[in-house]
Amino acid sequence: MPAKLILSMDGAVIKEYALDKERITIGRKPHNDIVISNLAVSSEHAAVITILNDSFFEDMNSTNGSLVNGAPAMKHFLQNNDVIEIGKYKLKYLNDQPTQTTAADFEKTMVLRAPVKPSAAPAAASGEQAAKYESTTQFNATANRAPAALAASAMPAAAASAAAAMPVAMIQILNGPNLGKEMELSKNLTTLGKPGVQVAVLARRPHGYFMTHVEGANFPAINGVSIGEQPHQLNDHDVIELAGIKMEFYFKA
Amino acid sequence: MNVNEALEIVGQTNPGMVRSHNEDSITFDPNYGMAVLADGMGGYNAGEVASGIAVSVLSSEIRHRLDAARPEQKEAGAGDEVGFALLRDNVRKANLSIYNAAQSQPQYAGMGTTIVAGLFYDNRVAVAHVGDSRLYRLRGETFETVTRDHSLLQEQIDSGVISKEMARLSKNKNLVTRAVGVDAEVEPEMHVYDVMVGDIYLFCSDGLNDMVDDEDIGATLQMLRGNLTLAASQLIDQANDNGGRDNVSVILVKIKASYPAPRGWWAKLLSWFRN
Repeated sequence: MPAKLILSMDGAVIKEYALDKERITIGRKPHNDIVISNLAVSSEHAAVITILNDSFFEDMNSTNGSLVNGAPAMKHFLQNNDVIEIGKYKLKYLNDQPTQTTAADFEKTMVLRAPVKPSAAPAAASGEQAAKYESTTQFNATANRAPAALAASAMPAAAASAAAAMPVAMIQILNGPNLGKEMELSKNLTTLGKPGVQVAVLARRPHGYFMTHVEGANFPAINGVSIGEQPHQLNDHDVIELAGIKMEFYFKA
Repeated sequence: MNVNEALEIVGQTNPGMVRSHNEDSITFDPNYGMAVLADGMGGYNAGEVASGIAVSVLSSEIRHRLDAARPEQKEAGAGDEVGFALLRDNVRKANLSIYNAAQSQPQYAGMGTTIVAGLFYDNRVAVAHVGDSRLYRLRGETFETVTRDHSLLQEQIDSGVISKEMARLSKNKNLVTRAVGVDAEVEPEMHVYDVMVGDIYLFCSDGLNDMVDDEDIGATLQMLRGNLTLAASQLIDQANDNGGRDNVSVILVKIKASYPAPRGWWAKLLSWFRN
């Protein structure tokens, strides 16, 4: 199902327009696809360009301009539920594509086969050329690799919540000139030690913090035991020994 | 110094967290200064077949030819260097083998693969690529892409339809505009770059760069440049920790020393004897 624009004024829906072609024009003159006969609207006010599942809003240098989600916009990459405002009129962009296709469909790599010869296809195609792919190319979706179990759109949220669920860990130095110093392990990777002498890396992963030896003749020790070359999961209040420095690992309360 | 002493190469490939099988193929050989990575696509196991053909055609042809010739020698006819021509011609050859296999066997219809291949010789690297598998370079503090994807998204970025920031939101990811094996002919994009001692090159499939931000990839390489094997496994862990929705493959090449081509009468004599 193609994405659509819903035209309304003062909350009353006027008409629905399917984005079923590459370029839909909006303006006061009757040749536009979406005609808004109001003097605040320029004769050719704006256009919406749709390339496969993506749509872009573009203001065509209109006299009074356009707002997208309340902010002036000349060019905007439309996301589901975006609202374009032209004068008193509102156009709501609806694209429920991701929920219509399965995650498996969404993920697979596909080949867009343009009928091109190498010399005739510079890497930087113009916007118009890119836009033409939809209509002029053979769109060849090869069958899928393997069914994907995760909803595609759930990924960033899932990753973010996993990171958030993990308590933040700290390192406190227990000896030497930096005695008492604390450091928050807020990054995915933190390296400890002296480059060229002994270095270990602390990786923050969804299921915990892991320490791994990076370089140096000696391996780091945890609670007095050398960890060797394998990653080692850290527990609350573990004592790490590295290049002569002792430090305590603990989760922030 | 010989190329095999000047380069440290490690590679890892992983099916990811979601897919049941791995359609990526990789190979590398420091003795020939070679790294090849392919990300296949197609139904059933056709993706593995396509990427497997691509990797084996390139690696076997490169080994065979370089046993008898130096990569920096000029080809007899066109005047291209042997190394450069080897990459270009064998991507085309792989294309034909995959295309023919797909034509002759219905279960392989429509299969194809991306490819990114590098050949290190004479203090340079020749790079061939098709599709959206990438080559990155870490030089000093700077981490950047060397290849430009042959994808709809990249074309949209190039033409100004969409900005790089907006590209992250695009639903048109995973649409490649060039692939090996889907048509009777393919034109690999070819470049040659000078390398510097200390550079780290990362060849990867989109399973890495779709799941991990460039910034995080660069930071990982910076921190772990002293231990390439660990760097490779950390990159794969990060892709999988972020969801691992696709197969993930990485090849890391570190330039430990300079490796100029042998020059002078004795070198020529030596290579003459080897022939």
